[in-house]
Amino acid sequence: MARTDPMGVGLKVLNRIAQSTVIDRLGLRDAAEKAVYHGAKNGFRAAGAAQRRFAKVGGPGQGARPSTHATGVFDLNPTEDQQMMVEVIEEFAREVLRPGAESAEAANDTPKEVLSQTAEFGLSLINIPEELGGLSPDRSAVTGVLVAEALAGGDMGQAVACLAPSAVATAISLWGTEGQQQTYLPAFGGDDVPAAALAVAEPRMLFDPLALQTRATRANGGYVLTGLKSGVVRGGEAELLVVAADVDGRGPSMVLVEPAAEGVSIADDPGMGLRAAGLSRLKLEHVQITEDAILGTPDDYREMIRLSRLAWAGLALGTAKTTLEYVKEYVPTREAFGEPIAHRQAVAFTVADMAIELEGMRLTTLRAASRVDQGLDARREIALARKLTAEYGMKIGTDGVQMLGGHGFVKEHPVERWYRDLRAIGVMEGAVLV
Amino acid sequence: MINLETPKKYRGFVKQVHEVAENFLRSNSRKYDLAEHAYPKELDLLASLVDGMNESGQSQGAGAAGVRVKDDAKDTGVKNGTNMSSVLSVIEMCWGDVGLLLSMPRQGLGNSAIASVANDEQLERFKDTWAAMAITEPSFGSDSAAISTTAVKDGDAYILNGEKIFVTSGDRADSVVVWATLDKSKGRAAIKSFVVPKSLPGIRVERLEHKLGIRASDTAVIVLDNCRVPAENLLGDPEIDTSKGFAGAMATFDNTRPLVAGMAVGCARAALELTRELLEEAGVEIDYDRPAQSQSAAAATFLQMEADWEAAHLLTLSAAWMADNRQPNSLEASMAKAKAGRVGNQITLRCVELASTLGYSETELLEKWSRDSKILDIFEGTQQIQQLIVARRILGLTSSQLK
Repeated sequence: MARTDPMGVGLKVLNRIAQSTVIDRLGLRDAAEKAVYHGAKNGFRAAGAAQRRFAKVGGPGQGARPSTHATGVFDLNPTEDQQMMVEVIEEFAREVLRPGAESAEAANDTPKEVLSQTAEFGLSLINIPEELGGLSPDRSAVTGVLVAEALAGGDMGQAVACLAPSAVATAISLWGTEGQQQTYLPAFGGDDVPAAALAVAEPRMLFDPLALQTRATRANGGYVLTGLKSGVVRGGEAELLVVAADVDGRGPSMVLVEPAAEGVSIADDPGMGLRAAGLSRLKLEHVQITEDAILGTPDDYREMIRLSRLAWAGLALGTAKTTLEYVKEYVPTREAFGEPIAHRQAVAFTVADMAIELEGMRLTTLRAASRVDQGLDARREIALARKLTAEYGMKIGTDGVQMLGGHGFVKEHPVERWYRDLRAIGVMEGAVLV
Repeated sequence: MINLETPKKYRGFVKQVHEVAENFLRSNSRKYDLAEHAYPKELDLLASLVDGMNESGQSQGAGAAGVRVKDDAKDTGVKNGTNMSSVLSVIEMCWGDVGLLLSMPRQGLGNSAIASVANDEQLERFKDTWAAMAITEPSFGSDSAAISTTAVKDGDAYILNGEKIFVTSGDRADSVVVWATLDKSKGRAAIKSFVVPKSLPGIRVERLEHKLGIRASDTAVIVLDNCRVPAENLLGDPEIDTSKGFAGAMATFDNTRPLVAGMAVGCARAALELTRELLEEAGVEIDYDRPAQSQSAAAATFLQMEADWEAAHLLTLSAAWMADNRQPNSLEASMAKAKAGRVGNQITLRCVELASTLGYSETELLEKWSRDSKILDIFEGTQQIQQLIVARRILGLTSSQLK
């Protein structure tokens, strides 16, 4: 594929923000507070609230694929485009997501205003090639990681909600047939981006995404899908689902499911954290799907699992960084035994280790992402990034609470929320994708 | 554009160094571990090979002198330079053998110190010397400001008196960079370093240490007894500038800490590679896609070690990259040294444990690497010193606030 103009993503995102109501950006602070608490509803209910139907178009041929390219120079600098985009998203995270985190958590959802604002940014289009109506001349997992990090720096729960439609759009753009791309992708480029979720996890001990209990078995010229999914982002609102299932004779694969289909039901399933992501369970009972609902190959499925883990690693970086920043500000001001607690090695060395591990896991995550961008095998690097972010992300989360002592345990400070959010790293599969 | 792969232009060089490490260092590892204090004569041939590579430019500027900041301000692009190639080279060499790398003729820490702070005239004059580094004294370790070796100006020379310990290559090197104070009452600012040729009267090797690891490398006690050193051998500014404090002398460490981190990274990689081979022989495969907790405990342990290693490796490369690109890197150098020092030690020890008595026995090198790695979390600033440096920087505290 020909290399197109590298002056792409950042400027286009900035342009979209300029066209959208920039002035309203800060007004969103209030919007977040307006979110209505509806709590967790008990039991399963019919899914497909929004009732959007996707008219099938296009053929079964291989769809467009984003290009990759390699560079030979060791370099820690993001491109200018990436830098600009990150700055904008960091501001959004700081001004909107962070102040709205508490009320979004209480509402068990992310405010529509916040979601539509990120849709206006073109968040779900960043990793979709231009010829498919996206913004990116080149797919970049590095960009995806930087965006996830910047958003989670504000609030991981809302970040996950904002990124969920993008995960589905990215999956279709990476692995969809021409028909699947033409059927579904245009909606993600429109003003009204569909709520969509990538449902991989299943609620059981030692869950392994390569050994699924959700199954699609041959029936009626297509498949019948049955199983139980968890960690489905904003499942109640979803208009399109990509479901991980063991497909008869193929092994673990992705399956496109429109939630309005018969046999699909949704139940709220809030967890210890990420509450603004509206996590749900998805029950699939003999859901009839057609042959062309299968998305990609089993190899593509494995790649999806890896890229999803990379996105979670990116989210961990943002929340861990915010935790470190908070603790850095706190410990020099808190006094005990006549001097700031920062002057004690037990405290100072803990902070030093938070900084060291954060830097190590950040570099490891970026290396994994840059290997994806260069078309290199990144299995090992992604596994290591997941390991480090799960281990040290949580360590930073728990040390964050510890450094504030009893004050860290109460909701007067946000560190207890970051602690709960960081426990998701290493636990969650699917949901987000770079 | 973010890319953390080995720079393309150094890949051939790294491969070359790897072969050298395998054939000259790894193959002699056990021999000089057992024959402590025996001179590794194989290194003479290797050293002349390295000198030849330096002269022909094939060395990519790597080696002890690669840490010198070169004046090429016109170049504004992202650089992969001699700090990077030096660190890459050290990693490969220490994959071979840490002790033997430290014994490489003309590649001593003193050579790095000279490269870091010498003026052009001194650099030319000392270009062929093999320089050891002498900082530590019997009465202090980490607290370099407590130096009690004295240097008293006497005409066109300084008279040095004192005792230095833990001098790596102190016996084999032909000169020693000695840290001494011009005036103890003036504190850190009065500490200067001197290139002291071993041929001068008044400098002698008192004894050699017997050690836990890196036995191929000689560690000497050196006594300076009214040793008269030419004034032009003082490195840096001869004036005592109290406003500048210790910064000049300590600047060397920003350049050498990534190298020591690289040593830990190389040594730990050796242990990981062998452990992986042995695990595979025992039927344990590492699967990067399946959750670690669904694999065997040995595989999960390996994944954790490899993840920590990866972080240490990338912290080390990034500290070197910053130096090449003239970004202040003392924070990152200390982070790299802290992480690499501790995980290098943890990994090598855990590999022994995984391999059980096979790991503990001298039939494999695992036990040796677990002894060698300990020093890498100690010299050039212990784990605890690195933590102090990182914490002070992160929290914006002075050395009197955070002691």
